[in-house]
Amino acid sequence: MRRLTIDLSVGIFVLIGILCLTFLAFRVATSNTPGLGATHTYTLYANFNNIGSLKVTAPVKISGFVVGRITSISLDTKTYKAVVIMQINDNYKLSTDTSAEILTTGLLGEQYIALQSGADNEYLKNGDTISITSSAIVLEELIGKFMTNMTGKN
Amino acid sequence: MKYIFVRLQQLGHPFAEFILHLGGITSMLFEIIISLGYPFRKFFLIMKELYFCGVRSIVIITVSGWFVGMVLGLQGYNTLQRFGSVSILGSVVALSLLRELGPVLTAILFAARAGSGITAEIGLMKATEQLDAMNVMAVNPIKRIVAPKFIAGIVSVPLLSALFNVSGIMGGYFVGVILLKLDSGTFWSQMQDSVSLHNDVINGIIKSFIFGVAVTLISVYQGFIAKPTAEGVAIATTNTVVSGALTVLALDFILTALMF
Repeated sequence: MRRLTIDLSVGIFVLIGILCLTFLAFRVATSNTPGLGATHTYTLYANFNNIGSLKVTAPVKISGFVVGRITSISLDTKTYKAVVIMQINDNYKLSTDTSAEILTTGLLGEQYIALQSGADNEYLKNGDTISITSSAIVLEELIGKFMTNMTGKN
Repeated sequence: MKYIFVRLQQLGHPFAEFILHLGGITSMLFEIIISLGYPFRKFFLIMKELYFCGVRSIVIITVSGWFVGMVLGLQGYNTLQRFGSVSILGSVVALSLLRELGPVLTAILFAARAGSGITAEIGLMKATEQLDAMNVMAVNPIKRIVAPKFIAGIVSVPLLSALFNVSGIMGGYFVGVILLKLDSGTFWSQMQDSVSLHNDVINGIIKSFIFGVAVTLISVYQGFIAKPTAEGVAIATTNTVVSGALTVLALDFILTALMF
């Protein structure tokens, strides 16, 4: 086996391997930040009474379009509300009276945060808190309400 | 009574032998690590081994990846159809390949395709007294023979595993989108939604790197301890494939428990 042939075929092998890794990294997987390589994000906070089964890395959407991701969920020990921290892409400015609610994709799908933009002229800055929030819908509570309504009618 | 004692002693023998091999393989690993600098000065040695281990495994890895991906696509489709969630077929195929099947099957195929070759080569060198001749000429066989093979093994297994994954995903795409007429956009977007770069892709590569170290180490060790006869080399080659596959599967359980 000549040296040139070996060098050439090993080079092709390594090239194929690196191409496959790039394919896996950019076509198959997505990084946790919104959009491809969107490093310019700002942080928003939101307090919820009940986050249901919301998870870290769940998307934040406006009109169904992904504008950010949830990076952390914790519990405020003073108010006993869940604090959700999300990273929003810098390209999307949100007015200060934006409201956040937790919705579910499909009947049994994963939960996400839907933002509803307001009419205020001022915009939320890095580290601000979204004040208007509504909790996740819990199926058991819904059924409970339905049951009490039914018994009330009878 | 004495017969029972002898039997009991024999029961412990395989375990004692296992401990002995574990010790031998660890000391060999340290010897290799110490002599890793040598092959970088004789780079051609590594290239030759990369050609033997990596380049000549491309075809078997691509073809088996393709078929595994197609089987995953078919089976996944049949199962998911019952729940009306065929749309997540892409993520099922990609996740099972990236997390488990890619690294594990690549390592097992590598043990069978290249590991057995390494063992046979070193075993035969021992049987024909080439290793002794090297020692006489003051050439350390670990530096000259083993270290290049080791480097080539740990470089090529992760690359081959990436190739296996891509080929498998393409196989799944072929069955899902082209044969079963799923929507191509849904296939990819569902996959991208559920596969994360750090958790799945990078952990899979770390896995296959560790498998590469394990399989290559077992191959060279088995070659070194082979009895210098034709039968001894045959037994060592079989041992490489058997213990290589078992080690990979056991390591996979531990790594999965650690990572996911």
